[in-house]
Amino acid sequence: MLPDAIELVIVTPEKQLLREKVVEVQLPGENGYLGVLPGHAPLITELGIGELRYHHLGGKESAHLAVVQGFAEVLADRLTVLAETAERAEEIDLQRAKDALARAEKRLASNDPNIDWDRANVALQRALIRIQVATKQRSALVAGS
Amino acid sequence: MATLLDFRRRIRSVKNTQQITRAMKFVAAARLRRAQEAAIAARPYARELARMLRSIMSRIDEPQHPLLAHRPEQRILAIVLAGERGLAGAFNANILRKAQDFFRANKGKKLSTIPIGKKGRDALKKAGFHLIAEYVNVLARVDFLTAREIALLVTELYAQEEIDSVYMVFSEFKTVMTPNLVVTRLLPVEAVPADEESGSATSEVDYIYEQPEQQLLGKLLPRYIETQLLRAMLESSAAEHAARMTAMESATKNAGDVIEALTLHMNKVRQAAITKEIIEIVSGASYGA
Repeated sequence: MLPDAIELVIVTPEKQLLREKVVEVQLPGENGYLGVLPGHAPLITELGIGELRYHHLGGKESAHLAVVQGFAEVLADRLTVLAETAERAEEIDLQRAKDALARAEKRLASNDPNIDWDRANVALQRALIRIQVATKQRSALVAGS
Repeated sequence: MATLLDFRRRIRSVKNTQQITRAMKFVAAARLRRAQEAAIAARPYARELARMLRSIMSRIDEPQHPLLAHRPEQRILAIVLAGERGLAGAFNANILRKAQDFFRANKGKKLSTIPIGKKGRDALKKAGFHLIAEYVNVLARVDFLTAREIALLVTELYAQEEIDSVYMVFSEFKTVMTPNLVVTRLLPVEAVPADEESGSATSEVDYIYEQPEQQLLGKLLPRYIETQLLRAMLESSAAEHAARMTAMESATKNAGDVIEALTLHMNKVRQAAITKEIIEIVSGASYGA
């Protein structure tokens, strides 16, 4: 028999962010987004930088998080996300994310040979995804009200 | 002979000291609580990561990774976690003695060290050890990014075969009264110990791996080193605050004892002075009669 919910656990090195019963999760795998429903085959994947979305058990609204790299372990009734950083959409400081984006763009545009391309690129992607997640949540709140 | 005024002054000065030690005790207690909370909050990640790593290592017949490579221990790096500040009883002295013991036991090999915490840095520098790097003022508020930075440094040194093994010397926080000094090997990574909580049931699962196992292993191992370092830093920080709290508590108690003894003495002196005065008056009066 298939379980009717997944226990979603999101942990970061500093703390456990979330432990909830959910029915559907979309997570940013290293090789593309994965959708996870209850009863998924056991799977381990690396995470990229992206948006993690989930539906509460019995709820209609979906919640969004910005996650940056890490790993995820999928079991039939359990999904463990080990993210380097994970932030709920409502916790994201939009202004800070925009500043970070501007900084990263500037760094990538400069001709300085000393810049760490990978790091700047990750910073850019992280800023982009944070802005995307934050604005999405905000517009959803406006539309819902 | 000490006069009444001298006693009053001394009592007042001891009281001032006592106030300071008491305040320091409360500050240390608050910081200890914060450090303990941080240590507990960091546990789920470390546990899940260790479990995942164990499961992958058990799946690969011969795990190959630079961080798993054993070499004869000729060049040893010791990460010594001491305190940031003094006035913590024997905390710093104990950890440094442990470090010295470790260095003495490995005499003849090429030793280098990375001190974390100001007190450790000062002492090891003075003793003339080779410092590869030093991290000070990082234990007051332990940050994952610091752990990552240190982990990156040592894993690179290890992967480039600059060093053959990495040890951590730190105080494990068991209870407030009993610090536990430990020396653990960080690199090369050995079989990841299983902990009681998670059990072995999940490691039997036949996972689909989105990425090749070796690649996942390569990503998981550095993370594992980071969590180990973070744990050591959190534990050490909690132990330092606990040691300071205990030290300040006994200092406050001692100050109380000193005040009591001084007050007793002062009262005796005062009594003696009064008695002397009465005798003088009485004898003066009997002469007059």
